Amino acid sequence: MRNFDYAAPATLADTVKLLAGQNGRARPLAGGTDLIDHVRTGRLAPDIVVDIKQVPELNIFEFGPQSLRLGAAVPCWRVYGSDAIKADYAALADACMIIGGIQIQNRASVGGNLCNSGPAADSTPALIALGAVCVIAGAQGSREVPVEQFCTGPGKNILQPGELLVELRIPKPPANSGSHYRRFIPRNEMDIAVVGVGASVVLDAAKQTIVSGRIGLGAVAPTPLFAAAASAALAGKPATEATFRAAGEAARQSISPIDDMRGTREFRLQLTGVLVERVLTAAVERARSR
Amino acid sequence: MATTRVVTATINGRETSFLCEPRQTLLEVLRDVLDQTGTKEGCSNGNCGACTVILNGRSVVSCLVLAVECQGATIETVEGLATADHLAPIQQAFLENAALQCGICTPGFLVAATALLRENPKPTEADVRWHLAGNLCRCTGYDKIIRAVLDAADRQPAATSKT
Ligand code: FES
Ligand code: FES
Repeated sequence: MRNFDYAAPATLADTVKLLAGQNGRARPLAGGTDLIDHVRTGRLAPDIVVDIKQVPELNIFEFGPQSLRLGAAVPCWRVYGSDAIKADYAALADACMIIGGIQIQNRASVGGNLCNSGPAADSTPALIALGAVCVIAGAQGSREVPVEQFCTGPGKNILQPGELLVELRIPKPPANSGSHYRRFIPRNEMDIAVVGVGASVVLDAAKQTIVSGRIGLGAVAPTPLFAAAASAALAGKPATEATFRAAGEAARQSISPIDDMRGTREFRLQLTGVLVERVLTAAVERARSR
Repeated sequence: MATTRVVTATINGRETSFLCEPRQTLLEVLRDVLDQTGTKEGCSNGNCGACTVILNGRSVVSCLVLAVECQGATIETVEGLATADHLAPIQQAFLENAALQCGICTPGFLVAATALLRENPKPTEADVRWHLAGNLCRCTGYDKIIRAVLDAADRQPAATSKT
């Protein structure tokens, strides 16, 4: 592997300074499960790797009355190991449990999954469904961006040279809500989504009508998508199969999948409708059982 | 770039210092610098699990860890499983269940299984299969490996079981 310098700053201010001073030649390191492989294969050639795991802000994992604060370096095992996540942010636990094998989950972070910006990243559709906001720090100060606007293409995102994803802020879901993430893959584990779907729903007090819902889609476009029309169509509808099917149909209209080794465009179009239906069914079941 | 540095970590219970460059993975340092060749290199990209070690209590693939990240860390490798005259129960179970053929995957499976049994001393077959999904074996077809791990779990004193 090509050599690089290494730093492990203890504060966010030092981290931002280090990243900003390198004119885009620095890469942050959290779990390293993508970064180290990309440096080894030459896809990335940083002059300096900045280990962000010592920075307190990047390890924050706090459940507030308004929202969850999830530091960008918090590894997957901590996320799905948390009962509070399983209760309120179940779609995120679903995703973190199936990213790679245990050895990967013990290192890889949700923030890293997002910053790597793969179209098939498992945690991103879950974050979209849960309405996460990215908190980004840079030399110019910080800014907040809805997660569905973060990725701009395969492996690309809105981070400017020197900017760093610090945390994800996920609103606390109201009563009577539920969420789920599921992907289609040929085996049960250690694979990359052919299609991945995350959804969240809020039901009315009688738990019969959908008040609002959000659907995130993975591996069906150059970036993970927020299925805006399909999500909007859920509001005010009865939580029934017919509604889920209509949402699946609307989601299919919003995607632009490709043919690749994992599946054809035609298969992905079909699959997206089926998965949206199933994921909504499961999210509603969760909302009803709480 | 004069980037070489000294890293001190506790490896298999012994404090160990080594020199490394930032680009060197923990796997490389274990094998090439420290001569601890029990940890195997299969794919070097995180897919096969042959290089599994326990880092600060959790199993990781050492080909995707930089050695410089390990300053102050606790690392357990396959060399740390047996004592001078006794195999660890998991190793004994692998032997008795014929859970290996060529053996290249074995150190990774042993270490991953050790981490599993600490966390979950009485796993179900599904738990074992799920937990070891990141370890690949081209020879055995997995069944004997799964049986060996369940057998090792059965031999553990029941008192340590948690629900
Ligand atoms: S050598 Fe590390 S996972 Fe294969
Ligand atoms: S025994 Fe040969 S790869 Fe597992």
